[in-house]
This record gives sequence, C-alpha cells and structure tokens, in this order.
Amino acid sequence: MDAKKKDKLATAVIYILVGIVVLILAGILGNILITGVPHLSWHFLSSEASSYQAGGGVRDQLFNSLYLLVLTTIISLPIALGAAIYLAEYAKDNWITNLIRTTIQILSSLPSIVVGLFGYLLFVVQFGLGFSIISGALALTFFNLPILTSNIEEAIKGVPQDQREAGLALGLSNWKTIRGIVLPAALPGILTGIILSAGRIFGEAAALIYTAGQSGSTINYADWNPFSPTSPLNVMRPAETLAVHIWKVNTEGIIPDATIVSAATSALLVIVVIVFNLGARYLGNKLYRKLTAAK
Amino acid sequence: MQQELKQSYVKTFAKDDLELSTKDLSVLYGGKVQKLFDASLQFKKNTITALIGASGSGKSTFLRSLNRMNDRVATVNGEIWFHGLDVNKPNINVYELRKNIGMVFQRPNPFPKSIRENIVYALKADGQTNKNELDKIVEESLRAAALWDEVKDKLDKSALALSGGQQQRLCIARALAVKPEVLLLDEPASALDPVSTSKLEDTLKQLRSKYTMIMVTHNMQQASRISDYTAFFHLGHVIEYNSTADIFTNPKGKITEEYIQGSFG
Repeated sequence: MDAKKKDKLATAVIYILVGIVVLILAGILGNILITGVPHLSWHFLSSEASSYQAGGGVRDQLFNSLYLLVLTTIISLPIALGAAIYLAEYAKDNWITNLIRTTIQILSSLPSIVVGLFGYLLFVVQFGLGFSIISGALALTFFNLPILTSNIEEAIKGVPQDQREAGLALGLSNWKTIRGIVLPAALPGILTGIILSAGRIFGEAAALIYTAGQSGSTINYADWNPFSPTSPLNVMRPAETLAVHIWKVNTEGIIPDATIVSAATSALLVIVVIVFNLGARYLGNKLYRKLTAAK
Repeated sequence: MQQELKQSYVKTFAKDDLELSTKDLSVLYGGKVQKLFDASLQFKKNTITALIGASGSGKSTFLRSLNRMNDRVATVNGEIWFHGLDVNKPNINVYELRKNIGMVFQRPNPFPKSIRENIVYALKADGQTNKNELDKIVEESLRAAALWDEVKDKLDKSALALSGGQQQRLCIARALAVKPEVLLLDEPASALDPVSTSKLEDTLKQLRSKYTMIMVTHNMQQASRISDYTAFFHLGHVIEYNSTADIFTNPKGKITEEYIQGSFG
C-alpha cells in the first residue's frame, strides 16, 4: 500500500471512530431529552416531590443540587487551587512530589460509593453532622479535590515557561509572577477544570446517598436565615439531590409515575449541566478577555 | 582539545568605565555538569557587547547568570561586580537586582495583556499607582523602543495582536520601563524576519547612549553590525574578548578565526 492510500485509510478510521463517539453521545443525550423534556413543566419545577401519588415535582431537589454544587465548589476550589499552585510551581521534582501526585491520581479514580461510605463514617457518624448538606458537601469535596487539583495543575503547567521568565526578569517576585501573570493566563484551563468537576458533582448520587441523605425536610423558601431549621440555606438539614432522586424513585420509590419523574428529572439534570457549562464559559471568557485585553 | 581552549586575549577596561564585570564565573547544572568555566569579562558603560560562539558554548548560560536567572536551575560560582557589589552573593536582593539588569528573551514573550498593561504591570506590582506617571512611563518606554508611533492608538489592545518584531520591541519597552542600567539580550532577533531584525538593531543602537547592553547572538553579521565589543565562547570557556573590529578582522586565536569564518558551529 502506498503512502497516499495509507493516509486515506487512517483518516477514514479516525473519522469512523469520531463518528462512533458522537453517535453514542448524541444517542444518550437525545434519548434523555426526548423522553424527559415533554414532562418538564413549571409545575414540575415548582412543586415538592410526592411520596405516594403521581404529579410530584423536584423543586427542593433542584435547589439542593445547586446549593451542594455551590458549597462544594466554595470549599474545594481554594484548596485545589493552592495544592495545584504548589505542585505546578513550587514542588521540587523528587520522590515526595511524585508520591503526592500518584496519590492524587489514585484518589481521583476512587469509586464514589466508597467516598460516600467514608463520608458517612467520618462526617455523619464520627463528627456527628448527621445526614446533612454539610456532610454531603464535605464528601463531595473529597470526591472532587483530586480531579480538580490535577486539572488546575495541568492548566497552570500549560502556561509557557517564558511567561514566568518574563515576570522574574522584571524583578517581580515568584508569587507576584504566579498571581499576576501565570494564573490569569491559565484561567481558561482552570475554568474548564471547574466546569468538568461541577458536572461530576451535579450528577453524583452514590457519594450523597449516605451523607446528604435521601429525604428532604420541610423547606420554607421565604426564610433565608441560614440558621433557621426550615431555611433552604441551612446546611444541617438533610437534602436529596436530583441525581439521588432519580436513584430513589427507581429503587425504593412507590409513586406510580416513577418512570415519568425520573425521565423528566434526568432531562432537567442534563439541561442544568449544559446551562451551567455555557454560563461558566461565557463568564470565564469575559473575565479572560478583561484580564488579557483580547477583544 | 586542551590547547584549543587556551585563552588568546581578553580585553580589560579602566575601572571608571566599567558597568558590570565578572570574575571566575562558573556554572554547574545539577551539581555535576559544568557549562561555564571561570569566565572573567568586563563590560564597558554605554556599549553593546556581543557574545558569540557555537550552541552549547556557554554564552547564554553566562548571560542568564548575570541577572541571577540561573539561580533555581544551576549553581553559579564566582563574582559578578555591579555598582561596587558582588551581586552573586546570596544576601543580594535578586528582585532589586533584576530591576537594574533587565532582560529580553529569544522568543518575544509579551504577557497576554494589553500593550499598556505589559509595560506598567511590573511597576504596579511594585506599588506605583499614579496614573499620569504611569502614562508617562508607557510613552517614554515605547518611544525608547521605537514602537510608540506604531501602537499609540491601540495601547489598550492585546499585545498578542502585534507582529513578532513589534512584540519583541514591546518586550524591550517593558524591560526599559523598570529603569534598568544594563540590558541583557538573549538572541533577541533569532525569531524575527529580516525587516523586523533591522528595526530591532536600529532600536538597540539608539539605546546605546543610555544603556549598557550585552547580547547573545548566533548571527555574525549582526554582531559585527551593532556591537562594540565581542566575546567568543567555546565549550564553556571565554577564548577571546576584544573590540568587535579586532575580533572580526584580526582575531588572535586560531579557533576564533575558524569560528568567524564559519568552519564550525
């Protein structure tokens, strides 16, 4: 076979492989959206879940999912950012650093159910936090930290070395170079890392079943005092998320419209992830453009 | 080989003319690989000195030692005298030193920020906030780097939209903004086309009246065009250092002559 034919064949194989990936993705997404979207309604979004009858909504689950995402990101982002800056910029290339990196990689492939049970033992039982949003957020932080750290580290390492040299050669300290030059340049990559991990958090069920719990408490959306027991912001209340709700109505749920509810919830979950993704990218691009003056 | 590394001539200057000098500067990478051996060179005020030599001859290593950019990657032994201080001592504030000895790199490396911000970023980080003062420095620096007329209407546009040659002159302007006395240039034109290179050379020639410049170059014509003095490095040793005219027309060392004639390197 001559080079030209080989090249054509290779190109064809690559196209086929890409096609398979796209088909699978489109199939899953299409299936979820087609079966779920027709059942989405304002009523579904704005009413409480029902325990026995048909016609329940996911108001609280949606709020809980978003709230857990925000809380987890608030807790894990500073830690991951600090760890990533250390690994990318300060850590010497020796066996300790390699050990840390390997540990992080192993942790990032930890099954989420293990994280959930660990969180149950540590936060729920040992720390006495009970089934609560804070237990869930801490478990999700454990779940999220390794991958977020690796992603941010990669983003920081992706900034060309000559940018650091330029900063240092101007008499900037190491930290000022990192903060003022390296981090802004790494922002798009850092953002991608946050978005990827946010998708994982939002869709996570196993880590939450034993930490945030599977039941909701009565929530009063007029009460925004985080210390009030009925406030949506109260971190000590148990909270069922969208993903846990899907799992529950399909396993132990006794509502007659379980199929419809789980289809609609799945669609909602996917849509929120997409909206979050696009929104974060939009804001990130805006911020990046502001920082880099690229117009 | 040993004979080839013999020093043929190293020029010296009167003490009052000196801007910067090194004594027995040696550089070791990883504690064992020696890249530079006992380099003792003196640099005269308001001149351009070219450092020439084949790849791996130690000229870039030497240059990067002068503003302590090698601190984190190598061990630098010896003395670097600047303003009556041995600035290679550990107690020297390297950040202050680098403001006095600026550097321009091989590839243009503007920050992904606006043109203005590229120039004032280091000043702002240092606590300068007076906007009028900063604007003045932006104009002065860009004028000095012969870039002002080309960019004065787009100071707030991204520096990355400039051409390679303009980016490199921006990097010079950025280095000048912190008011250095010495400018180290590490093959500053190697990534530029001939037109941009010639503009850059004109800029450097104009800067000579105010700054002392030390420039690594692989381009013999460039060295002979713009430098006053030339040091020839070979395998980590300074072989010959003299006025550029002498080095190029009347080299004292056999190996210097061979290199200049293009027999190797």
